[in-house]
Amino acid sequence: MQIPASFDYVRASTVDDAISLLERHGPESRVVAGGHSLLPMMKLRLARPEWLIDINDLFELDFVFRDGNTLRVGAMTRHATLLESAEVSRLFSIVADAERVIADPTVRNRGTIGGSLCQADPAEDLSTVCKVLQAEAVIRGPGGERVLSMHDFHKGPYETAVEHNELLCEVRFPIRPRTGSAYEKVERRVGDWAVVAAGAAMSLAEDGTIADVTIGLTAVGVEGTVTEAEAMLRGQHPREDLFVEAGRLAALASNPVADQRGPVDYKRHLADELTRRVLRRAATRAGEAQEG
Amino acid sequence: MQISMTVNGTDITEEIEPRVLLVHFIRDQLRLTGTHWGCDTSNCGTCVVLMDGQPVKSCTVLAAMADGHSITTVEGLATGATLDPVQQGFMEEHGLQCGFCTPGMMLTARALLDNNPHPNDGEIREAISGQMCRCTGYATIVRSVQWAAAHPAGQDELEENAGEEVTA
Repeated sequence: MQIPASFDYVRASTVDDAISLLERHGPESRVVAGGHSLLPMMKLRLARPEWLIDINDLFELDFVFRDGNTLRVGAMTRHATLLESAEVSRLFSIVADAERVIADPTVRNRGTIGGSLCQADPAEDLSTVCKVLQAEAVIRGPGGERVLSMHDFHKGPYETAVEHNELLCEVRFPIRPRTGSAYEKVERRVGDWAVVAAGAAMSLAEDGTIADVTIGLTAVGVEGTVTEAEAMLRGQHPREDLFVEAGRLAALASNPVADQRGPVDYKRHLADELTRRVLRRAATRAGEAQEG
Repeated sequence: MQISMTVNGTDITEEIEPRVLLVHFIRDQLRLTGTHWGCDTSNCGTCVVLMDGQPVKSCTVLAAMADGHSITTVEGLATGATLDPVQQGFMEEHGLQCGFCTPGMMLTARALLDNNPHPNDGEIREAISGQMCRCTGYATIVRSVQWAAAHPAGQDELEENAGEEVTA
């Protein structure tokens, strides 16, 4: 039987309340949102917070709305809500692609985008999605609010820029014209963590050339995006031979470790193949996309 | 700490340790052992209960997190002696073999039908994809949920039809 070590529990009623509770209880306090990352770690005693601050009552962080050329998503938005949002699917196909393969519908009823990003598991899908979409993270603490790029937010496996007395409140996705995006994951069984996954977003210029492209990989030890492949593609017309070359560069850039999910060469092969597939799909979707 | 919630329509208030998981609170403290405790890692789904009408894996929710919410367990499906159509469906279509996954399966089915009264087989399979039947009886589980969808009045409907047949 897995039971967490003892802790004290308190519910925050507002974001300010959560921050002051974190301040009061110090670095041994943790916030819990959906709990589907933190509670399993507490049950295995890999995490032993002295204070657990429940932020499930922070309805002010449960929102999805468009604000000019930005889609603003509250950190407490559940995976199920993201997947069901027609606006999210229309603007960012990559989010729906990824959400469909994150855990299972029951887990998606509880898990949140903020929780996934803050857990920063190297095999977690939304971190890649947010990097590919060049999203920004809005963090609040006692000193006020700061807005970080995903590159600055995500420090590495299980590590983010969020300090112990801060709260990730929102993720902002820039909406770009003539843009398509896609995500594809290979998993051993439905709902599992990725063996490898890839995501891409592509914006086309008016002449049909690639104005901007980002390629992200999950679970193969790539911290940022695959910049070599991105640079090679920019300014070109989308073409199969370029996607093949991008796949090769993605495999080269990846640094997977052998584990129960597969050996290194298999994971490199997946990084190559999945990069080609998501680029093809992102290019097709960009071609079909309406203006912003 | 003290928590209060509605369990199967009854308001309860109990004293708990904050670290108690919802599944153990339901089974050990409320003695509602219909909710099963399986993998303990939010994979198998036999511990699924409805929290405000939504299926959640109760091994990965603290009892404290359910404070102020409404919980439905398998014991809350039937109304008196009248089975929920989902329960009746599992009987009609042999939706269970060993029965271990059944409580979670039935609650997920109930939530699915509440939101989507006429799901196709794919939607049923998607809804139960976070739950495992190690007897591998998925085909009959899907048929059981379809039976419930086709008989929203469940048992009553069967009895009425039986009555008609006799008088005819």
